[in-house]
Amino acid sequence: MKCLAYLPTHNGQATKAGLEAVSYAKKCGADVVALAIGPLNADGGAGSAGASKVLHVAQGLQDEAQIARAVSEAAKAEGATLVVAPHNHVGRAVAPRVAVRLDAGMVPGVTGVLEGNTVKRNVFSGKAMAHVSVDSELKVITTTPNAFGVETGGGEAAVESFSPEVGEASLKVTGFKASSGDGSVPLPEAVRVVSAGRGLKGPEHWSIVEELATTLEATTACSRPVSDMGWRPHHEHVGQTGITIRPDLYIAAGISGAIQHLAGVNQSKVIVAINTDPEAPFFKAADYGIVGDAFEVLPKLTEAIKNLD
Amino acid sequence: MKILVCISKAPDTTSRIAFTEGDTQFDSNGVQFIVNPYDEWYALVRALELKEAQGGSVTTITVGEADCDPVIRKSLAIGADDAVRIDANPTDALQVASLIANHASTGGYDLVLCGKETIDHNGSVVGGMLAELMNASFVSLATSLEVQAGVVKATREAAGGMESVEASLPAVVSAAKGMAEQRIPNMRGIMAARSKPLNVVPAEGALHGAAVAKFELPPAKGDCKMISADQPEELVRLLREEAKVL
Repeated sequence: MKCLAYLPTHNGQATKAGLEAVSYAKKCGADVVALAIGPLNADGGAGSAGASKVLHVAQGLQDEAQIARAVSEAAKAEGATLVVAPHNHVGRAVAPRVAVRLDAGMVPGVTGVLEGNTVKRNVFSGKAMAHVSVDSELKVITTTPNAFGVETGGGEAAVESFSPEVGEASLKVTGFKASSGDGSVPLPEAVRVVSAGRGLKGPEHWSIVEELATTLEATTACSRPVSDMGWRPHHEHVGQTGITIRPDLYIAAGISGAIQHLAGVNQSKVIVAINTDPEAPFFKAADYGIVGDAFEVLPKLTEAIKNLD
Repeated sequence: MKILVCISKAPDTTSRIAFTEGDTQFDSNGVQFIVNPYDEWYALVRALELKEAQGGSVTTITVGEADCDPVIRKSLAIGADDAVRIDANPTDALQVASLIANHASTGGYDLVLCGKETIDHNGSVVGGMLAELMNASFVSLATSLEVQAGVVKATREAAGGMESVEASLPAVVSAAKGMAEQRIPNMRGIMAARSKPLNVVPAEGALHGAAVAKFELPPAKGDCKMISADQPEELVRLLREEAKVL
């Protein structure tokens, strides 16, 4: 089986979500050709993650319609029967277009490898799984960020120049505003997340959340009331109507754990809940719990992590 | 401006999730269905705001059977002018997108809005497929939306921050948190919704891509391990040695 993996890059290097897509295809048993668009340093890291070859489109593209045309043309040129992209902000815009262009069945946000014609994904906000079957010969799959990890140990992939017919752009990027602070990992792809809710009593107290997050190299998040009250920006809201995350570690302080919040975080591998109320529903969904005041527990926890060797 | 808003029904967040017929069908017994929150809170409300500011019309479109009518009526109560229901059981994103695209192709819509995903299948696929099928531009996961002089201006999530983008009409936009605030229908809206047109049309020209073979419930979760508030080192030790996440 041959796979064409769409490999988003940043500053010439493949993104982690893109490398995960490459490694995923390799795990499915495919010979993986990656498609990278825009500036690229050597193979961008694709070879190490499992790609045997990188097709490189030198011209950067902003419109996902054009990216989809490039991916589709590359998949045809390589005779791929599988197209993989990350299920993130880019992949979600590219992959559905590719599926239509190539007349392929598509399975978004998978959590398991392709076995025969069937692949597993989470549904009902993580409260169930579905085994989805695709009958078309060519299949399009997007991989849930942080569900598979990046393999390393492959060799350097050969890089070939590729010049697809991408047509006119119907969308252009006119501005970019970096998230507050650093270039931290976007929430849907974060490996560690520290989140806080109304229990923090006001936006002026967020420094203890940020200190813990910095110490853990984690991304910060918040509950819905906190973003609705304007304490934190909307893009930090995790939960049913905000962002769904799937980190290895999710630490929630001063969040009761309403079902709408849990729907956005219950796919986390390990959940730690910190709440003054021992009856808080979050303790039923958490792996580890501390009944205590976030104002005391968070700084102590930050200290304890700093003391790790 | 003619705006089409894709509306899907979804089980209420608090629903018990269970399956029937050999785990191949969702068990809707006793389940309360709602308008998919991303469709309702963000896509529909923003469409109404654009219409209120610039004139035009807001039509909703749903692929579903008669059991969708209550959520369609709610969309009309919130303020949509009329509704279309394509009479088919939705089983696959490509089927839904192709049915909507076939219908929309004759409607002359400038803008098609949908929620970023449904809260049951969480696919996030229909919008992109629709854009490709309609040969329209597509802004995914938009957190704000303006249309000025025939140009879509939106912000959306990007790696490490937010992007501003411009796209040409016709456009499909998928709506994420931030685009609008939830509206609660008032009594006048609810009364008016009863007499607004809900046109049921036959399903024609559906494509098919994928199908759910079987559902599965996740294994039961273990108990939460409680740690004393004055022993954060113990939590750190467990996270490192037991959970292996540090």
